[in-house]
Amino acid sequence: MTRIGVVTFPGSLDDRDAQRAVRIAGAEAVPLWHADHDLQGVDAVVLPGGFSYGDYLRCGAIAAQAAIMREVVDAANAGMPVLGICNGFQILVEAQLLPGGLIRNDHGSFICRDQRLRVEHADTAWTNDFAVGEELVIPLKNGEGGYIATDETLRELEGEGRVVFRYLDVNPNGSMNDIAGVTNARGNVVGLMPHPEHAVEPGFGPDTDAAMRSGVDGLRLFKSALTSLLARA
Amino acid sequence: MIVVEVMPKPELLDPAGKATLGAINRLGPSAIEGVRIGKRFELTVDGPVTDAVLAEVRTLAEDLLSNAVIEDVVSIHLRSSEDLLDELDEGASGETR
Repeated sequence: MTRIGVVTFPGSLDDRDAQRAVRIAGAEAVPLWHADHDLQGVDAVVLPGGFSYGDYLRCGAIAAQAAIMREVVDAANAGMPVLGICNGFQILVEAQLLPGGLIRNDHGSFICRDQRLRVEHADTAWTNDFAVGEELVIPLKNGEGGYIATDETLRELEGEGRVVFRYLDVNPNGSMNDIAGVTNARGNVVGLMPHPEHAVEPGFGPDTDAAMRSGVDGLRLFKSALTSLLARA
Repeated sequence: MIVVEVMPKPELLDPAGKATLGAINRLGPSAIEGVRIGKRFELTVDGPVTDAVLAEVRTLAEDLLSNAVIEDVVSIHLRSSEDLLDELDEGASGETR
């Protein structure tokens, strides 16, 4: 069975939810510990949401220096699929696995909402189950979700098709170009601010026209990873 | 003691500074028209501050204490124990310099 690791840092909040999403998608969830130098032979890694190290210094800055990040960076550079969700996205940016930065929401508030997104480019290990232009609704909850980058970096991201998700309807945090998620050049590392792991099981996701709490759009990120990994095997 | 000061890059929006300016304006008429908020790190060193120590601090400031994408290191300076004693004296006598 495909094994997907989920790292727990001190202050991680959504690690167990990410593990559950991995299981519901049909893979084995492997809990990984921040202080270990051991990825336990997993096929992919998820850096979950939360408040690692209390957001001290900067969000994700201290977690980016955690012991296990050395292995995560090496694995990412060797092509392993790595997904950073919210604080995980912040960690990936601080570890320089993804470009740009994430700063406090422009309106200064912590925001929680079910967020509409559009898939801008599907050619990544975590989005190949989607078609370009598809829309999804997944929960968003952040205080420091504003994606920023230099003009040069933005041109590069947009030009190379490395913007993976874009906010629709409402830009919840002032992110430049309404960018909700990006990928690296190789397409194996993806970071996004919204939380796909909170939209994987009927009864526990966003409301849809069909029924309350029935949205499961997030599941396909995890299923995409399975598809990518099984295709390689 | 070595003091490192880090500020958000001037071209980026500083929502915390903006919120603080709003609070200042709510206190009443004010001459303040801008607020930006950064961080001040106080690093204590065991022993003298040599060139090697300063070099380490400069590297730390660039690599860890600041994120070059969103922040600038605006100052690295020494605070000697004499400076600190002077300030304690000022506080006691109520004088400012």
